[in-house]
Parts: sequence; structure tokens; C-alpha cells
Amino acid sequence: MSAPSTALPTPLRRSKWSITKGERKNILIGLAFISPWIFGFLVFLIYPIIYSFQLSFTRYGGILPPEPIGWANYTRMWNDEVFWKAMKATFTYASLAVPIGVVMAMAIAIAMDQPLREIPLYRTVLFLPSVLPLFATSFVFMVLLNPNTGLVNQILRSIGISPPNWFGDPSWANFSIVLMAQMGAGQIALIFLAGLRGIPKHLYESAMLDGASWAQRFRNITLPLMTPIILYDLIIGISGGIQVFTQAYIITDGGPARATTYLVFYLYNNAFRYSMQMGYASALGVVIFLITLVLAGVTFLTSKKWVTYDLT
Amino acid sequence: MPVQNNPTAPRVLGTQPDESTFQHRKRDHYAHVFSQSVLPRLFLVAMCLLFILPLYWMVVTSLKTNTELTRYPPTLFPENIAWGNYPDSIRAFTDTRAGVTFWTYAQNTLIITVLCTLGAAISNPLIAYGFSRIEWRGRDQVFFVVLATMFVPGSAILVAMFDIWVKIGQWLGIQTINSFWPLVVPAFFGNATWIFMMRQFFFQIPKDMSDAAKLDGASELKVFWQIIVPQAQAAIGAISIFAAVGAWNDFMGPLIYLQTKAKYTLAIGLAQFTSSSTHDVQFNLLMAASTIVVIPVVLLFLFFQRAFTEGISVAGIKG
Repeated sequence: MSAPSTALPTPLRRSKWSITKGERKNILIGLAFISPWIFGFLVFLIYPIIYSFQLSFTRYGGILPPEPIGWANYTRMWNDEVFWKAMKATFTYASLAVPIGVVMAMAIAIAMDQPLREIPLYRTVLFLPSVLPLFATSFVFMVLLNPNTGLVNQILRSIGISPPNWFGDPSWANFSIVLMAQMGAGQIALIFLAGLRGIPKHLYESAMLDGASWAQRFRNITLPLMTPIILYDLIIGISGGIQVFTQAYIITDGGPARATTYLVFYLYNNAFRYSMQMGYASALGVVIFLITLVLAGVTFLTSKKWVTYDLT
Repeated sequence: MPVQNNPTAPRVLGTQPDESTFQHRKRDHYAHVFSQSVLPRLFLVAMCLLFILPLYWMVVTSLKTNTELTRYPPTLFPENIAWGNYPDSIRAFTDTRAGVTFWTYAQNTLIITVLCTLGAAISNPLIAYGFSRIEWRGRDQVFFVVLATMFVPGSAILVAMFDIWVKIGQWLGIQTINSFWPLVVPAFFGNATWIFMMRQFFFQIPKDMSDAAKLDGASELKVFWQIIVPQAQAAIGAISIFAAVGAWNDFMGPLIYLQTKAKYTLAIGLAQFTSSSTHDVQFNLLMAASTIVVIPVVLLFLFFQRAFTEGISVAGIKG
């Protein structure tokens, strides 16, 4: 349309970076449509990340301006016994909850992939608990796993098993919360199920003609083709597992013996509950952020070794 | 698609048609039935019982009298159904000194939920349109950033976010802390998962209608509003429900930003329920209150189950 471009239609004139008028118009319209996201991204994500790093190098009580103290928050953290307990609690939880969750969800998804008439019923029942608010589920598990009056321990006692103290025992508390987290397995199972249904049937048919057993088909067809979805779930699961908070707030209050004082719970206590130590809490936040980044990054980078995008 | 057979692989069918193969095939058939219907059924029924148990126990406990609650062994179904626990549990929220009742909390929760739902229903389709129906250079690279934000742990930046809301309040001269602003405003700027879901949906809508409209001189906004939105109602409905449930279930946001009882949501009111009472918590009242808070979510789920399951499946599948 414009005169110069029609006068010189040589390849030299159009480098990789030159933009035609129409293209520029499209970019502007596109950006206009996504502008709410850009604004939210900058104001509610990028700036808070930068600001978290800044605050982590200060002493800040929320009222007087932040006072720079260099690396003091980090050296304090290094020597803070509670921080290391929080690290241990968080990693104990995440390293149990994430793999158990994947196995549970995969088992449910495979069972639901069979041609059963009543699948919709199973789907409703198994998916429902994962949409319930975590705070309410926490209350229910408090009642269910109560050491004396709880249903679970009554059943265990009646069949002659001496029951654990669940949330009240430092060596069981984390496992109890892991157990509770499995109520959300239905949601991941549905994602896995959608993935299973997407696997071309002819792959199984030809494997069966070749006499492959169920285990062989699972190992050589199902698992490799599910790896991209497993990867997605692992990263989401790791990020969520490191942020575990509500259960500790409602059920255990970080106890017993700080066994469930998770990082985010400790951050919350520092920033909002006992003291307004927002500088130290920010430093904790930075550490949580970096741990998640590193773990997600490592999972993603090693995924090239185990994730299959094309099975031929 | 034809079955691609490896010509060098041994053919199982058609070789040695004798008695032993027949027996073998019969056994195979039973093994097949077992692995395809008996085993998965047993497993799924067991799982369903485990998954429904907490919900069942919540409702059963909520209907027991105080004396039945202490019975050993526990009754699996309440003998005298104590409906009175429900009004009692609602009354337990009342704090006359703060001038609040259960209904204060319910109203606050509802306002936040409605506004968040509205925000999600407006922002995500617009943003997803920009990421799917318009071709612009750099679009897919920017979208990769959207996907990356899904994995950022929100709680890590909590303190900074809180302080930013304090500052925003000071700049604009409004009260932001102990108000609904921090809980509601972010909903109007999109959510990575829902943008992704909407985008997947928009890609499925054929291009010819919108292309024709554009040739007739319709603007992108007009195409969005008059052609895309009417066809995407199901998807917009789905993310609205996700947003509603997300806002209703939110615990940490209200816990941090809402500071007086007059502003509390049901989630925080319920948490107070246990921590403020000096004596032991009455489990039947606690379960009754939990049931009340959970019921709207359960109803939403049962009514819009398809939206839930399809939305979740879309969100999880990507290359």
C-alpha cells in the first residue's frame, strides 16, 4: 500500500526485523487485547518479585521505611534453627506428596480408562473432593484422624492395630497431611485420563499382536506417551507442595515439635502473626522462590532425558 | 489409520490352530475380562469409598447430638438426627461485640466471589483472544511467558504484595488493607491457566466467519463481541465457575488482607470458630458449619460437572 515498499520490492529491503504497516497494526491490536495481562504481570508479579528481593536486604516493620542491612537477613536465616526445621518439614512433605500423588492419580486414571459403564459415577465421586476448600477438608480430617474419638483410629483399634497419633505425633504429622492431600488426586487423575485417551489405539493393537504383556505395553507405550503430562503435573505439584500452608495453619499450628512448620507457614508467622518482621519474611520468600525455580528448572531440564514427545 | 504391522514380527493369529491354542485363548479371555472390568471396578469402588468417606463423616458428625458424639464405638449413622446443630453452628459465628453474624461473613464471601467471577469472565476471554485470534509477531513467545507464570509460587512474594497494596492505598487515598480490593482486583487481569483454557477453545472456532466479518470492515473488538463470545459461552461459563469456586475456597488471601471481623469471609470466620473458643471445639457444630460452607461448592460442582471435567482436561494437555 505504501509507496516505498512497492517501489523497492527487493529482498534487501525487507530484513528479518522490518515490520510492515499491517504487521504493526496487528501487533498493536494484539497487545491491546492482552494489555490487562501485561498490566497484571508487571504489577502483581514482576514488581513484587523485584520488591521481594529489595525488601529481603532490609529491616522492615511495615511502618517506618525499610532500613538496609545488607545480607543480615540471610546470615540470620543460615543460623536460624527454625528455618532449617521448616526446610526439612517442607521437603519431607513435598518429597512424599508429589510422587505419591502421581502414582495415585495414574492408578485411578488407568482404572478409569477401562470400558466400564459406570465411569461417570466414579468420576463424580473421585473428582468432588478436589474442588472442596482445603480449610474445610482440614477440619474434617481433624475430626476423622482425632487420636481418641476419630473414626479411623476407632476402626484401627477394633481390628487390633494400635493406632498412631496422626497430627499429634511429630513423626506422623507430615505423613497425615500427605494422606490428606491425596483427596485432590481425582483432579490430576482426570488430566491423566484425558492423556491416556489421547494415545492412539493402534499402538496397543500392534503391540498385542506382537504378544506384548500388559506390563510391557505400559512400560513401552503408556508411560512414554504420558511423560509430557507427568512433567506438567510434577512441576505444578512441586510448586504447590513447597507452598503448603493451610493444613499447618488450621490443623497443627506448625507442630508438634515444629514438624509441620512449613516454609510458607514460617514466612506467614514472621510477617503477619507474631511480629511484623517483613524484611526477614521477604528473605524467606526469596528462598522459597529460588527453591521452586531451581526444582522446576531441574525437572524441566532433565525432562529432555525422560520425556517423550514423539513415539515412532 | 491402518494398523502398521511389523512384517518380521511373529504372527500370533493363524499359527498352529490346535486344541492347546484354543484353551490358551479361553484363558486369555478370562484374564482379559479380569484385567479390563473386575480389577478396575474393585479398585475404583474402594477408591470411591475412601474419597467419599470424609464428606460422609462430615455430614454424619454434623447431625449427631453431643451424647452420641462421645459414644464408643461411633455410630455410622446418627440415631437421633440433631438438625438443631445447624442453627446452633450458625449462631456460633455471632460476635455481638464486633456486631457480626454468620450472615456478615456469608455476605462478604459472596461479594468477593461475585466480583472475582466477573473479573475472570471479562478479562480472560479478551486476553485469550489476543493470544489466539489475532496473528501478531512475537505472540507465541509472549504466550510462553504466560505459561511460565503458572509455576511461580505466589506465597513467595506475599510480603511484597501486601506492602504494595499498602502503597497503592496511600497513593489513591483509599483503604486497601482490610478491604476487598486486594482480593478482587487481580481477578480482572487474567489468570494464566484460564487464559490457556480460553485460548485452546478459541483456536477451535473456525476462522471463516470472523474473516468474513473483518472483510466487511468489522473491528477486532466487534468480531470478539459479536462472533467469538456467543460461540464461547460454554468456555466462559466454565472459567467463571472455576473463578467462583477459587474465590469461595480462598483462605490465605482473606487471612492476610482482612483484619476486622466485619470484613471476614466464611473461611476465616470458620477458622476463628476453632481458635477463639477456649473450651474444646464441639465437633458436631464444627462439622455443621463446614457442611454449610461446602454446600455451595458441591452444588456448583454437581450442576456444572461437565464444565469442570472438560476444563481440567484441557488445562492439563499440552505439548
